[in-house]
Amino acid sequence: MLKQKNKKGNEGVESFLSSVLAVAAGLLFGLFILLITNSNEMFSGFLTILQGGFVDGMSGISQTLYLATPIVMTGLSVGFAWKTGLFNIGASGQFTVGAYVAVLIGVKCTGLPGSIHWLIAILGAAAAGALWGLVPGFLKAVANVNEVISSIMMNYIGLYLTNLLITKTVYDQTGNQSVSVAKTAYLPKAGLDKLFPEANLNIGILIAVLFVVGMYILINKTAFGYELKACGKNPDASRYAGINARKNIILSMVIAGALSGVGGALLYLSDFGKHMQVLDVIASQGFSGISVALLGLSNPFGILLASLFIAHITIGGYNLQLLSFTPELIDIIISAIIYFGAFSLLFKTFIRRWTKKSKREETAS
Amino acid sequence: MNIIYFLIQQTMFFSIPLLIVALGGMFSERSGVINIALEGIMVMGAFISIGFINVFQDRLSGQGLFLLAFLVAAVAGALFSLLHAFASVNLKADQTISGTALNMFAPAFALFMARMVQGKSQVPFTDTFHIEKVPVLGDIPVIGPMFFQNCYLSTYIGILIFIAASVLISRTRFGLRLRACGEHPQAADSVGINVYKIRYAGVLISGVLAGVGGLIFVIPTSTNFNASVAGYGFLALAVLIFGQWRTKGILGAAFFFGILKTLASAYSGIPVIKDLPIPNEIYKMLPYVVTLIVLAFSSGKSKAPKAEGIPYDKGSR
Repeated sequence: MLKQKNKKGNEGVESFLSSVLAVAAGLLFGLFILLITNSNEMFSGFLTILQGGFVDGMSGISQTLYLATPIVMTGLSVGFAWKTGLFNIGASGQFTVGAYVAVLIGVKCTGLPGSIHWLIAILGAAAAGALWGLVPGFLKAVANVNEVISSIMMNYIGLYLTNLLITKTVYDQTGNQSVSVAKTAYLPKAGLDKLFPEANLNIGILIAVLFVVGMYILINKTAFGYELKACGKNPDASRYAGINARKNIILSMVIAGALSGVGGALLYLSDFGKHMQVLDVIASQGFSGISVALLGLSNPFGILLASLFIAHITIGGYNLQLLSFTPELIDIIISAIIYFGAFSLLFKTFIRRWTKKSKREETAS
Repeated sequence: MNIIYFLIQQTMFFSIPLLIVALGGMFSERSGVINIALEGIMVMGAFISIGFINVFQDRLSGQGLFLLAFLVAAVAGALFSLLHAFASVNLKADQTISGTALNMFAPAFALFMARMVQGKSQVPFTDTFHIEKVPVLGDIPVIGPMFFQNCYLSTYIGILIFIAASVLISRTRFGLRLRACGEHPQAADSVGINVYKIRYAGVLISGVLAGVGGLIFVIPTSTNFNASVAGYGFLALAVLIFGQWRTKGILGAAFFFGILKTLASAYSGIPVIKDLPIPNEIYKMLPYVVTLIVLAFSSGKSKAPKAEGIPYDKGSR
């Protein structure tokens, strides 16, 4: 028993190390791109990326936290579905419809008291996201539709539907965007504005962390979480063991959708000048969610860490414009990190060989 | 009548890229490698080849330049798809993850490079490839204006590719081997087929076709390239699945979606539909909603390759 636990711990360490290796390889690749585009500013550019949100003191850090908040949620969404063996590429659509419903409630339901207005908006967003996750989940469970394709379709449907509804209900024509939500719908600041003066920060990040802990408990400490994982690891065996795979697939996608939807609410329920734009562009937060879920190995705390890291270097990317580079470099680095993440099998072999070697040397001496 | 000719011509612009990208996906998936990177490969092929046109259009023009751009797009797509082949065949990585990485990389790379080189993200090109009327054939009544006027060389090349792909996958030794590797790689290996090589070939073919597909999607529908093929790679995946991984099914599915897409983009030119009080966004949504419905009814008896997505490990035979 003890041995088994030890083995499990080792695996965790190995996975973590292979993620770190992937990050290092991705950053090196970024350095290489810097080298071939402008070798003079290569190192100052690289330093800018690494410094990320740490340049402007508290305001930089709070910016990192604010950027990370929606990504934590979409990351949890993708990671949660992944535990059940589902690839939720539809986090973008779920995020968008969630954001829209949150904004709609935030603008229209001004009769609600300030203490619960924002909470209702978040709940509405969760319901909308859940609905958007339900469709691919249901189609997968009942009609065997590949969830990757159906959730991509749901992304586009959600995008165009949201654009249509924004222009019909909460449209600000001059900015081609949604109008501002009522003050009562802002997420409370709960003293964070005193900790981070003049910074854009509210309890959004705390809510996200709450979800991180909640998902950890749900997956690791409950029978439901165990069933979900069983379905993901071996659907046939779990069916044999009497687990209702269909129900679990649907539930998993519904919960994943709700998580993404909440992410949309957390981003837009604030007075930080964020509005939903009416553009034919799929929300990038969903794809960032895929990145952090992969990088964080679908572990809730890993996802939190990965989100903070991605937000951190994204700010580095903005600052790159002070030099002669463009911020897209960050997306290149992130995609390289994901690609190198696919090397984990190789990395793990390296790590195993390396630890074995050092152990042998230890016993020899 | 003119409006019908116009719609058929438009349908070609949308269907042909879908057709050949989905055919590319077919080669990859029937060799056993899931390729959701089609979108990214299209972006990469379009970016490199349109960059090529942008640079050489002072010296060259017309169909010669177009054919050279085809070649560039094919090579760019093939090279880029090698990354996916390496990860999924050699490293036995999760094919969805590797594909996702490629999808994220391509637009970021295109935007970064375009902005670093020329200061803005759009890569403009002059369309010297448009054919007003094919000599002789364009004068045939009815058929002439439908298929041989207001067209591009790419339409005919696309149809040639379709014929070649059909023959290659179902009538040649290579095709048989490719299909075997997607259904039962262990059996294929046991009779001396090199599964790794075949899978590399499958992914490379998908890279070539998706790269070309990116180019011929952008040329008729735009005047510049802005690091996006508007989700066409994903739509091609849906075409592939709706077409049940078979050439004829893919042909039908590609034209089905092409017509829907045409309706979405050209509805304002159709007299009866224009006057209906239906917002623009509904038309834009239509292809995706119909895809979902169609998939719901056609996925039950899926003919997906059995070994699709499973890395082949010689040791576990």
